[in-house]
Amino acid sequence: MTRLSNAFAKGRPALVTFVTGGDPTPDATASILDALVEGGADVIELGMPFTDPMADGPAIQLANLRSLGAGTKTSDILRIATEFRARHPEVPLVLMGYANPMTIRGADWFAAECVKAGVDGVICVDIPPEEDPELGPALRGADVSLIRLATPTTDAARLPAVLDGSSGFLYYVSVAGITGMQQAAQASIDEAVARIKASATIPVAVGFGVRTPEQAAAIAKVADGVVVGSALVDLVAQHGADAAGPVRELTAALAAAVHSARKEIA
Amino acid sequence: MQQKPPAPKVRALQIWTFPRGSAKRGRMNAPTPNSFRTLPDERGHFGQFGGRYVAETLMPLILDLEAEYRKAKADPAFQAEFDDLLEHYVGRPSPLYFAPRITEELGGAQIWFKRDELNHTGAHKINNCVGQILLAMRMGKTRIIAETGAGQHGVATATVCARFGLPCVIFMGATDVARQAPNVFRMKLLGAEVVPVTAGAGTLKDAMNEALRDWVANVHNTFYIIGTAAGPHPYPELVRDFQSVIGKEARVQMMDRTGRLPDVLVAAIGGGSNAIGLFHPFLDDPSVKMLGVEAAGHGLDKEHAASLAGGRPGILHGNKTYLLQDEDGQITEGHSISAGLDYPGIGPEHSWLKEIGRVDYTSVTDKEALSAFQLLCRTEGIIPALEPAHAIAAVQKLAPTMDKDQIILANLCGRGDKDIFSVAEHLGVSL
Repeated sequence: MTRLSNAFAKGRPALVTFVTGGDPTPDATASILDALVEGGADVIELGMPFTDPMADGPAIQLANLRSLGAGTKTSDILRIATEFRARHPEVPLVLMGYANPMTIRGADWFAAECVKAGVDGVICVDIPPEEDPELGPALRGADVSLIRLATPTTDAARLPAVLDGSSGFLYYVSVAGITGMQQAAQASIDEAVARIKASATIPVAVGFGVRTPEQAAAIAKVADGVVVGSALVDLVAQHGADAAGPVRELTAALAAAVHSARKEIA
Repeated sequence: MQQKPPAPKVRALQIWTFPRGSAKRGRMNAPTPNSFRTLPDERGHFGQFGGRYVAETLMPLILDLEAEYRKAKADPAFQAEFDDLLEHYVGRPSPLYFAPRITEELGGAQIWFKRDELNHTGAHKINNCVGQILLAMRMGKTRIIAETGAGQHGVATATVCARFGLPCVIFMGATDVARQAPNVFRMKLLGAEVVPVTAGAGTLKDAMNEALRDWVANVHNTFYIIGTAAGPHPYPELVRDFQSVIGKEARVQMMDRTGRLPDVLVAAIGGGSNAIGLFHPFLDDPSVKMLGVEAAGHGLDKEHAASLAGGRPGILHGNKTYLLQDEDGQITEGHSISAGLDYPGIGPEHSWLKEIGRVDYTSVTDKEALSAFQLLCRTEGIIPALEPAHAIAAVQKLAPTMDKDQIILANLCGRGDKDIFSVAEHLGVSL
C-alpha cells in the first residue's frame, strides 16, 4: 500500500485539498498545510506557482501571482514538501501545476526531486496522454504517481488512454471550464462518475467548483474523493499569513461532510 | 564620381550552408531530411518542438479540429472558397515590388518587397483569419474568440466575423487596450466585443491565457482563431498553410519577373506567421537562404523579445518551443517597440528550422527598426509597420555585403498607419 492508496482505503470517501505553494509567502505555507491535515484532509495537493496558469480561474491565478511576487522558487516548493513529509510521515502529498516548471530541468530531475521530497504524486495540467513521454516515464520510473485529469469532454473512446499509465487516483474535472467557477449539475457528476468507475481500477476524485460542505457531501455519495481548492485559496487571499485558523475550520467542515456522506444514505 | 560597387563579401552568408545536417547536433534525432516541408509529424511535432500541451478538456476538440482540417485540405471546394475570398475580399495576389531607391542607397543586392501591407486590414493577418473562419463554419461553430496584442489580429478576426455574421470576442491585455485605442475602436466598429485582460502584465501572453480559459469553458460552440503559427497542433501547421499563400505567390512572381529565385528571404518574427508563410514554399530550394528577424528591444542584454536568441526550449500555450523564461521555467515578459513582436515565445517550426540550421535568425533593436522605418518612408514612399521595419533593418545590414546581381526578398507584412503615434513619440514629436 502507498500513502495515496491508503488515503482512499479508509472505508469512506476522501477529502483532497489544494492550496498554492508559497502563497502568501513560502514561509507561511507550512502552517496552512498543517491546518489542512488538522482539519481532516486525506490528501494534500500543493500547487506549484506558474506565471501563466491558463487552466485556473481568478482565485488561483491571483494565488500564483502572490506566490511568485513573494519570490517563491521551485526550490522553495521542494523544501516545503520535504518539511511537510518530515512533519506528516503518513499524509499523501501531491504536486500540482503546469508542464514548464516541472520539465525545465528535465523530467528525470523533477522525478528525482519528488522522491527526495517525499512527494507521492504529480498532477500536470497541460500534459495530456498524447504528450506522456514528456513526464510520464520519468515519474513512473521513480514510483511517483502520475495523476491524470478526465473531463466532461473525455469520451468513452478517450478514457482508456487517460487511465493508461496513471495511478494514485483519477481527477475528474466536473465542468468544462477553469478552476473555481460554477459547479456542474449533480446529475451530470453522478452519471460521469458511474461511467468512469466502470472502467477505472484507481479511485476517482471529483473537483472544480466544489466550495461548500453540502456540495462536497453530494459528490462524496458517488465518488471516492472530493477535491476542494479555490474556496481554500480564497481564505488564504483573505487572511494571508493568518489563514491557518480559517483554513482549518473550513477543512473540518468539508471533512465531516465528505467522510459521513455515505452514512447518511446507509 | 560614382564609387565602384563593393566587392562581394560572400563570407557573411556562409553561415547558411545547405542542407545543414543535424549530425553534429547530437541532441537532434532526426536525420538530414530529404525535404524540409514534411513536418509536423502525425503527433504534431517538429523535431522536439510543437506538440499538444493542452488541458484534457481541450484535447478532444484539438483532435476534432485536426480531423476536420485534413478533410478541408483535401476538399477542392474549401480551397476554392479560400482562394476566392483572398482574391476578391483580401485583394490578393499582393504585388511583388522591386525597390530601386533603397537598393541604390544600400549599394548592394537588389531589394524586393512582397507587399502584404496592401491587403485588406493592412497586414498579412487576414490570410489566416479567412482560412480559420471557413474551418470554424465547417465545424459548425457559432462563436469566435481570438487574442490580440497590437490589435492587428483582433481587427482581422473581427473583420472576418463581420463578413460571415458570427459573434466575436477579442481578448486583449489591458495595457494594450490603453495603448492601441484606434484598433480597439476598429474592432468595436466591426461588431466585436473587446475584453480587457488585467491578469499578469496585461499584454499578449495574458490575452492568450484568457482566450484559452474562455475556450475551455465554451468548447461546444466556440472556435479559437489563433493569430500566429504557434499554439497546440494543428494550429502551427494550419496557420502556416494559410499564410503560405505569401511565399507561393512570391515564388511564381519572382520567376515571372526575373526568371530566377531570390538569394535571401528576410522576414520579421514575433510568433512567426508572416515569416513561415514566406519561407515555407522555398524551404526545398537549396539556393534560397532565409533570415528571420527577432526583436532585440533595448538590446539582447536588456529587455527584448528575441526568444531564439535569448530564450531556451520550454512549454507554453500548447506547444514546446523557444521561450523567454527564468531558470525555474517562469515566463518573462518580452519587450519590443513593436507590439506585434512583443511575445515571449515563437512558433515551433521556427525553433526546429533554427536547430537544423535551414533558416538563420538574427535580431535588431528598437533603435535600428526605427531607423529602418524612416529609411523606407524616405526612399520608397512606403510607411511600413514596425514589425517589417525589423526585417528592413536586417536588410540594411545584409544588402551591402552582397553582389548587385543578388536578390533579397523581404516581406512587408504590414503597413504603418497603426504605428505613427508611437513612432512620433519615440522621435520626440508631439502630434
